[in-house]
Amino acid sequence: MNLLRRVAPPVLLGIFALVAWELTVSLGRIAPFILPAPSAIWHELVAQRQNVWEAALASGLNALVGLAWGTVAGVLAAMAASRFRLLSEVSIPLAAVLNALPIIALAPILNNMFESTSSVPRRLVAGIIVFFPVFINTLRGLREVDPTHRELMTSYAAGGWTFTRLVRLPGALPFVFTGLRQASSLAVIAAVVAEYFGGLQDGLGSRITSAAAFTAYPRAWAFVVGACLLGLFFYLATLLLERIAMPWKTRLIS
Amino acid sequence: MTAVSLDKVTKVFNQGRPDEVTALSDINLEIGAGRFVSLIGPSGCGKSTLLRLIADLIPASSGTVEVAGKPATRARLDQEYGIAFQQAGLFEWRTVQRNVELPLELRGASRAERKARATEMLALVGLADFAGHYPAQLSGGMQQRVAIARALAVHPPLLLMDEPFGALDEMTRERLQSELLAICAKTGTSTVFVTHSISEAVFLSDQVVVMSPRPGRITAIIDVDLPARDDAARQSPAYFEAITAVRRALRGTDNASASTDAVAAPSSRTPGSASPAATAP
Repeated sequence: MNLLRRVAPPVLLGIFALVAWELTVSLGRIAPFILPAPSAIWHELVAQRQNVWEAALASGLNALVGLAWGTVAGVLAAMAASRFRLLSEVSIPLAAVLNALPIIALAPILNNMFESTSSVPRRLVAGIIVFFPVFINTLRGLREVDPTHRELMTSYAAGGWTFTRLVRLPGALPFVFTGLRQASSLAVIAAVVAEYFGGLQDGLGSRITSAAAFTAYPRAWAFVVGACLLGLFFYLATLLLERIAMPWKTRLIS
Repeated sequence: MTAVSLDKVTKVFNQGRPDEVTALSDINLEIGAGRFVSLIGPSGCGKSTLLRLIADLIPASSGTVEVAGKPATRARLDQEYGIAFQQAGLFEWRTVQRNVELPLELRGASRAERKARATEMLALVGLADFAGHYPAQLSGGMQQRVAIARALAVHPPLLLMDEPFGALDEMTRERLQSELLAICAKTGTSTVFVTHSISEAVFLSDQVVVMSPRPGRITAIIDVDLPARDDAARQSPAYFEAITAVRRALRGTDNASASTDAVAAPSSRTPGSASPAATAP
């Protein structure tokens, strides 16, 4: 009953929006190249399901690799920056610059740096996008140590790596996941958008552009739906991972 | 055998800077083994600072601090004391059991030994059934009991406590006081207990050390000799006499205007309500 009450409103709203969209297109006689009806998009999605699936796998793998290396780099950089004061003073503005960098400017350049059959440029772009939110959030988490914990560990004569391993890293975990939740959707967006600028043409991004170039708009939309589902999948997977990684929080909810 | 020995100890914060503060001046104190000693005084009298000097969490500016016959730093490295703070300070990502095991883990105790000792300690504080819980699932009083179990896990000869019951309600506080006394009697642990509650200090202690601020110093050491430490003791004449003595010592440390009416004040109040002397009219 409680679950129903929580799930029902967004589902009803979604259905209402789809019906309104369908009616607007069919009754308003909107040309399909401007806005295709949901039924037409659904038709294409079913017809192209094999292609959508394969393209989503390719883009998903790129996003995953980018997410993985961006996260590892972000966490390691945050650990280094929290350890050495000078490094953190230098690295925070540097990371801000990196974040301000539009991937649109980066993707074509990276594509030219590697072979046209290489997946590396897209994975690099995704990783760079992921790096920033993970780095900033983790750094904040590592810096916020409960003063009582600090005194306690001093009384145990535990410092250095022991202190980091037992207190700072687990304490920073909620912050890491805050960053990761933002980063997971961003990684998918980056992997898809990077394909608009050349490189290997096997992902969702390139399918969207080529379908649009052939004026097959419902097909283009079908791949957009695929990209949306992929982003959602990444986000939910991160939420699940968060639950698994922090059982002390999960137990409170149940 | 003395558990703690302080000789001409001073502590100055921000030494040589414009905001220099003398937190403690000329502290001499001997705490015998197995004794329960409270440090009491108004805020800013340096009682917490004194506890941190004994724990070697901060260094003394001058003088010597010895714990269990060794320099304080050596004693800390040898885990000669256990410590508990006002905040329980449990690690929320560890279960209750693994929180208690932490000091043993850092000592390199084996898994079996850690488990046995943690089980023993949790039974001592009456939380054997909660070993698998996470701290956030426990009430404040239960968390504080876990913190005490953790402080005692390495069987230290000395227990240092900084207002450990300060954040608890009155009923929980009184129950934990009795439990703490039972534990200390059972384990023979010496205890240094920082509090700003007169009744708490008197009920728990063999000796109450009264301190005054600016600069922090010891103004009186009052021996408390209660026939027993149970609920009846809270009603005994000896208890009220000790409370009056501590309150008088605290008043004596106030400035001159406050101390003029201090003489009449103790008798006109109910001793049990033990308001801190700093709030004198």
